[in-house]
Amino acid sequence: MKTQHEVEQFLYRQAELLDSKQWQAWIDLFTDDGVYWMPPEPSHRTWEGMPAIFAEDKNLMRVRMGRVLHPDAWSQRPLWGTNHVVSNVVIVKSSTNEVQVRSRFHMMELRRDDVRHYAGAYTHRLKKTRGGYRIKLQRVDMTNAQAAYDYVLQVWV
Amino acid sequence: MLQERIPDFSKFVEPDRVRKEVYTDAGVFEREMERIHETLWIYCGHESQVPKAGDYYAVQLGRQPMLMVRGPEGKVHVLYNRCPHRGNMMCGDRHGNTGEFFRCSYHAWTFHHDGRLRNIPMMESGYQGTRYGRDNPECSMKRAARVESYRGFVFASLAKDGPTLKEFLGASLVAFDDMCDRAPEGEVEIVPNCFRIIQHSNWKIFLENQLDALHPSVTHQSTGRAAHEVEKMIEKKTGKAPLSYHMLSAFATVTIDKWDNFQTINHPQGHCILTGYMGLRPKDPDTLKYEKTLIKAYGQKRMEEILGVNIHHVLIYPGLSVQSPLQQLRAVRPLGVDRTLTEIWHFRLKGAPEAIYRRSLAYYNLVNSPATVVNADDLENFWKCHQGLSSDGGDWVSFARHFGRDIEKDGVVESGPGMGTSEAPMRNQMKAWARYMGNGK
Repeated sequence: MKTQHEVEQFLYRQAELLDSKQWQAWIDLFTDDGVYWMPPEPSHRTWEGMPAIFAEDKNLMRVRMGRVLHPDAWSQRPLWGTNHVVSNVVIVKSSTNEVQVRSRFHMMELRRDDVRHYAGAYTHRLKKTRGGYRIKLQRVDMTNAQAAYDYVLQVWV
Repeated sequence: MLQERIPDFSKFVEPDRVRKEVYTDAGVFEREMERIHETLWIYCGHESQVPKAGDYYAVQLGRQPMLMVRGPEGKVHVLYNRCPHRGNMMCGDRHGNTGEFFRCSYHAWTFHHDGRLRNIPMMESGYQGTRYGRDNPECSMKRAARVESYRGFVFASLAKDGPTLKEFLGASLVAFDDMCDRAPEGEVEIVPNCFRIIQHSNWKIFLENQLDALHPSVTHQSTGRAAHEVEKMIEKKTGKAPLSYHMLSAFATVTIDKWDNFQTINHPQGHCILTGYMGLRPKDPDTLKYEKTLIKAYGQKRMEEILGVNIHHVLIYPGLSVQSPLQQLRAVRPLGVDRTLTEIWHFRLKGAPEAIYRRSLAYYNLVNSPATVVNADDLENFWKCHQGLSSDGGDWVSFARHFGRDIEKDGVVESGPGMGTSEAPMRNQMKAWARYMGNGK
């Protein structure tokens, strides 16, 4: 029960950091070798050598953050925000060092006057550290992954 | 009557500027679909998308929903996705395998892969004495008027008459030659993943941006700077940053004046070749290994020729942007006057080392995925562009940059030396556009 509660709180915090645009704090949730991965279809087992919507280590995350924070990132100028809801949190595996968790998310995005909805499943591999959990892998299987994208995704879902 | 309402499109286009209606008028769009996208050779897909008999891909040519399908004899056909009975769409999926024949989900009419009628349930009792039956070609699925392929890239034209595919592609054939020649086996194979992104803007805005060498350092400066910072950090730590960082940081490190070193070569069909070395031949072990496999396949001299081709990308009018050195392409499908779908694919060089594929994959993921760190700002500009053009704030779009300094020879227009940011490609595209749109001339 304790692990369940801690893991849930961690996932909520992850979503909260995205919604509040605290990009650096969000990147800090990852281990040094952590990866954020959004495969284009659920059958993919690895991001290595595969097309991916996102397949980012911390360095690429820094590039993305640097871009959106730059004053000349034109697409960042207009009103833009997201709201995540994370639920259905299930611990799949747990060992002394690591927890594997599956959950579901729903993300609503507002950009100018347009609303978009993205939803799907998160799979997290969380490393237990002295400072709390850190993300080794955040896999995002979006139900919309295969659909045509009306505009693009600018930051992590 | 209708003819009278069609405006004189040549009046929309002047040598150095065009009317805003070219981008925003719904009537113009319909005419474009008829005269351009449903007449010229349009890219359907690559043969390796449909390797087995019955494999199909749905593709939109102009306003027409079509199917590209592989027949049992190995031939690739392009058919209208429509049952001749009551007009039902034959396949509702984007791709799949139709089995040994197409079967309509409404009344079970069946068709061979080349569209010929196979059977109508109870044909004898139901259709005896009517105009319908096996001998009537109207009982078959309609085929694209013409289908041809070049080095595995399949095109269709919905017009009976016109130049052959090779005649139409002309100098832009180099896009497919450059891509395939880079493969030790002389062929490429599709990676079965299509990223599809919708732009809220007219299709021509995308075409123009593809050849606009002035925009990268303005539009993509934020990405260039961010990538350059991280690139420097990695170099400091490990000595060498992956090539993909260089591809991104170039947006900032190649300053506006340097983009003038690029050159555009514009052809009368509307095609354009943007030259400019992409820095894809570093002296790293992966590249050297790749060079060895090319030498084995073609010899030293030919290898040097192949890797020396100086192309950034090729724009094939009216809607295919091919980045041959990185084996990717974007197909443009106009959905409406202010909505455009791009379908983005990449390829493997057959026989090349995995590391070379990884290079094109990195570009595909970073630049061309729906989470692109590059095109987000392009699409923002396209939307703003279309919004502005829809207003009464002005009537014209200017293409005057380096106007009068183009070098023209035998109908081919090159941007002047050191004038790579010339708006020659836009002027040339619009000249071709006016000719295609011409009132029956």
